[in-house]
Amino acid sequence: MATKATFRYIGKPVPKMDALERVTGAARYAADLSLPGMLYGKVLRSPHPHAYIRRIDPSRALAVEGVKAVVTAADLPPLEEARAAFGGELMIELAHLRQLVIAHEKALFEGHPVAAVAATSPEAAEAALDLIAVDYEPLPVVENALEAMKPDAPLLHPDLYTKTLGEKPTKPSNIGMILEVGFGDLEKAWAEADVVVEQAFETQMVHQGYLEPQACVAWVDSQGQIQVWTSTQGTFNTQRMLSALLKVPLHKITVIPAEIGGAFGGKIYVMLEPLAILLARKAGRPVKMVMDRAEVFRATGPSSPAYITVKAGARRDGRLTGLYAKVIMDAGAFPGAPIDRGAWCIFAPYKAPAMKVEAYDVVTNKPRVQPYRAPGGPQVMFATESVMDMLAERLGMDPVEFRLLNAADEGDQNVTGYKYGRIGVKAVLEAVKRHPHWNTPLEGKNRGRGLAMGCWMGALLTSSSQVMVNVDGTVTIVTGQVDLTGTRTTMVQMVADMLQLPIEQVSIRVGDTSSTPYTDLSAGSRTTLTQSVALAKACQSVLEQMKERAAEALSKPDRRLTAADIEYAEGRFWVKGDPEQAISWRQVAILSRTRGGGPVVGTGTVTRLQPANQFAAQVCDVEVDPETGKVKILRYTCFQDVGRVINPIQVEGQMQGGAVQGIGWGLFEYYAWDKGKIRNPTFLDYRMPTALDLPMLDTAIVEVPAPDGPLGVRGVGEAPITPGPAALANAIYRAVGVRITSLPMTPEAVFWAIRAKTAVPQPAPADGT
Amino acid sequence: MSTFPWERLALRIPIRVRVNGDTHTLLVKPWQTLLETLRDDLGLTGTKEGCGNGNCGCCTVLMNGRPVTSCLVLAPEADGAEVLTVEGLARDGQPSPLQKAFIEYGALQCGFCTPGFLMSATYLLQRIPNPTEQEVRLGIAGNLCRCTGYDKIVRAILAVARGEVQ
Repeated sequence: MATKATFRYIGKPVPKMDALERVTGAARYAADLSLPGMLYGKVLRSPHPHAYIRRIDPSRALAVEGVKAVVTAADLPPLEEARAAFGGELMIELAHLRQLVIAHEKALFEGHPVAAVAATSPEAAEAALDLIAVDYEPLPVVENALEAMKPDAPLLHPDLYTKTLGEKPTKPSNIGMILEVGFGDLEKAWAEADVVVEQAFETQMVHQGYLEPQACVAWVDSQGQIQVWTSTQGTFNTQRMLSALLKVPLHKITVIPAEIGGAFGGKIYVMLEPLAILLARKAGRPVKMVMDRAEVFRATGPSSPAYITVKAGARRDGRLTGLYAKVIMDAGAFPGAPIDRGAWCIFAPYKAPAMKVEAYDVVTNKPRVQPYRAPGGPQVMFATESVMDMLAERLGMDPVEFRLLNAADEGDQNVTGYKYGRIGVKAVLEAVKRHPHWNTPLEGKNRGRGLAMGCWMGALLTSSSQVMVNVDGTVTIVTGQVDLTGTRTTMVQMVADMLQLPIEQVSIRVGDTSSTPYTDLSAGSRTTLTQSVALAKACQSVLEQMKERAAEALSKPDRRLTAADIEYAEGRFWVKGDPEQAISWRQVAILSRTRGGGPVVGTGTVTRLQPANQFAAQVCDVEVDPETGKVKILRYTCFQDVGRVINPIQVEGQMQGGAVQGIGWGLFEYYAWDKGKIRNPTFLDYRMPTALDLPMLDTAIVEVPAPDGPLGVRGVGEAPITPGPAALANAIYRAVGVRITSLPMTPEAVFWAIRAKTAVPQPAPADGT
Repeated sequence: MSTFPWERLALRIPIRVRVNGDTHTLLVKPWQTLLETLRDDLGLTGTKEGCGNGNCGCCTVLMNGRPVTSCLVLAPEADGAEVLTVEGLARDGQPSPLQKAFIEYGALQCGFCTPGFLMSATYLLQRIPNPTEQEVRLGIAGNLCRCTGYDKIVRAILAVARGEVQ
C-alpha cells in the first residue's frame, strides 16, 4: 500500500461523489419510491401511555372502500425463543422488539402501534383507522425513572426482573439492569481529598431530529420472497430483525437501502418494515408506509433522559483522588438504556486511583429509546464536565491545566476496567491551550467562556466490502455498508490510494442484502475505521491476484514468473529488476476476460480490532441577557482527535453538526410531558437550533493515530455531540455566576436561576395570603 | 359498502400550473397540497416532506417568485401559478452556482433538507445579491438542517454572493 507521503486522495477535500444527485433532487429516499399496484399503509396508535388492550375489532375498517388489509399483533408468528436478544448497537430482546413493533396485551407509551391498515389511498387508510374499534383499559402512568423505581410503582412488565451481578431479585420491578463498575478505594479517596464536589444533574428526553421521517416500501412476491426498500442504518441488521420477527429465513428477505435523510442512531430498529410486510403479504400488493412528524416524535426512539450524581475529590495540587457517579437512565417502554456506554464515557478523559459508577436502566411509559449519537455520552459528559469546572474553580486552577494534570493516557484505566491504547486526551487539551480562541481575552458584561471535553469509545462489529476489477480496468467497490453522510466518498478515496489508481477509475455501489457480503450497520463512528481495514484487505487480495495475472502475462518460455517477481505502482506492473518488461493495469484486467482466470474480486472483512477511542473538546463564548435569560453564542470552536483525516470537509462537517446537536441538548431541546403524553410533537414546539441561533463554527483537528488499522483512522461522528451542554453551562456560569444543572438551559431556566441568586429575600406572608 | 367522508363529495378541481417551465393541467382533490401534487402527480420527488406543518422548510419551492412551504399551499391555490422546484434550478444541464457551491463547500450531508435550502437561498440572493452573514442566516432561518450545523451552508451561500462560485 502507498505510504502517507504518496497518498493522492486520502486527506484531501474530495467533494461528495453523490452530492450532485442531492442538489438536483434526484437522490432517491424511501418515500420517493412508488411501485405498480402500491397500497398506502397507516398505523393506528394508542392514545394512552399505559393501557390494557382488551379487544380490537377491525370489521368496520375492512368495510371501507379501498381498504385491502388490517393487521394486529395476532398476525405476527408466535415467539419461541423468549430470551433471544440482539446485541451490539441493537441491545434489545426479541420479545421486546416484537411488542415494540406492535402492542400485544398492553400499550406501553402514547403512540404505541396497535394495528395497521393498507388501502388504495392514504385517505382511505386514514379513514379506516378511525373505524378500528379498540377497547382500552387505561392504567396508571409511570412518568419518569424516579417514579418508576419506587417500590409501589405500577409495573410496566410483570416479568421484568432486574439483571444484576448479585442475587436474582424475587420480585419483578421497573429496573431492567443495575450495572456496577469501578476500582480502587473511594473512602480513602474522599479522606485524602482536600476538595470534594458532589452535584446532581438532570437531562431530558431529546430526539435525533433527522429531517426524513421513517419510510419504507415492502413487497412480497408469489414465492414468498420479501423485498423491502427502507431508510435504515443497517440493511443486514434490518434483515436479521425481520427474519426473527416474521420467522422467515434470511435468504427469503432482501433489504434494499434507500438514501437516508439523517439517522444519528434513530434508524436502527425495524418499525414500519414488519407491519408493511405483513400488510403486503395479506393484500398481495406492495405497501408503502411513511410516518408523519408527530409519529416520529411519539413513536420512534429518542434518547434516554437521565438523573446523574457525580462526586469528585482532588488534592490541593489538583490531582484527582476519586470519582464516583450514580447514573439513572430512562429506557422508555422496554429495557435497554445506554448505561454501559454512559458508564464508559462518564470519566473517560481522566485518570484517578479510585473510580466507581452505579448505573440503572429503568423502564417508563415513554417511547423506547434508541441510540442517539454517542448514546449516553451527552448526558454523562454534561455532569462530569460541569463538576470538573466546579473543582477547578474551588482549587483556583485554570480549567485546561486542571484537566491536563488529570488527563488519561495510554495504559490508564477506564472506570469499566478497559485499559486505553494510544489516545489523544492530552493532545486535544494541548490544542485548546494553544488555540487563539482560548488565548483571546473575552471582554464585555455578562459574557463568559466555557470549556468541556467529550468522548466516545468507538464501535467495531463486523464490516465487509468487495473490490471488483472490471474488464476495462476500472474498479467497483461493492458494499452493503449504508452511506449516511459520505462514506461512499471516503471509501473510494481509500481504495484509489490503496490501488494507486486515479480516483475517476473507482466507483462504489451500495447494494442490497442479496448482492453484497454481510456488513454491520453504519453507526457508532465505526464505518470509516472498520471499512479502512476491510478495504485494505480487499485491495491486498486484488493486488495479489493482479500480480499473479501480470506474472503469467509477462512470463517467457525460458522464464516462468510468479507474483513474487512482480512490482506494482501507479497502474503498472513490471518484472523486478527489469522495469522495461511491463504491463498496464488495464491490460491485465482485459486479460481476465480473454485469457481465462476469470474476474478479479477481492473480499475484505474485519471483526476484531483494537477500539479507537475518540476524544474531543469544545470552547464557547456566550453572552447572557439577565433580563430574559437568553443565551447568545458568540464564538464556538470544536477540537477533536480523529486519528487520521480521510476527508477534511467531511470531518469538519461531522464535528460542526455534532456540536450543534450538542447545543440543541444544551439550550433548546426537550420533550414536554403531560402524564405520559407528549405536548410538543412538532418542530415548532420542539425547538431545534436554526441558523439564526449560531455563529460560524471553527474546527481544530488533531491527529493521534488509532492503535489499530492501516491508516490510524478513529472515526468522527459521535464525540462532538458530547461536550456542548457542559461547555455552555460552564460559559453561562462564568458570564452570570449561576450553575445550571438541568438541561436544557432555556431562557426561562436561566432567567429563574439568575433571579434565585439575586433576589432579595421577601418576608414571609403573615397569614398564608 | 361504507366509504370515507371526504370522498363522498367525489369532487375534483381543475388547475393549470407551470412547474419548472412546463405547463400541467391537472384534476386535484380539494384538500390536496401543492407538495402532494409535485411529488405524487408530477413525480417531482426532489421536494421533500419533513413535517407537513410548515416548520422544517424541506418542502420550500418558489411560487410566483416567492418561497412557500408547499405543504401549506393547497393545490387549488396554485392554479395559474409559476412554480420553481429544485429540479428546475439547473440550466442547460449545468447546476446553478448555488448547487455547485453546496457541493464544493460540503454544505450537505444527508441531503434531505438540501432542496429546501437551495430554494430559500435562491430567493435570498435574488432579493439581496450581497447579503451579510446575518442576512444569510435570516434568509435560511425557516429551514432546519440536522447534519451540518449550518456553517458550511452559510459559507456556500456567501461564496456565491461574492462570485467565488459561478
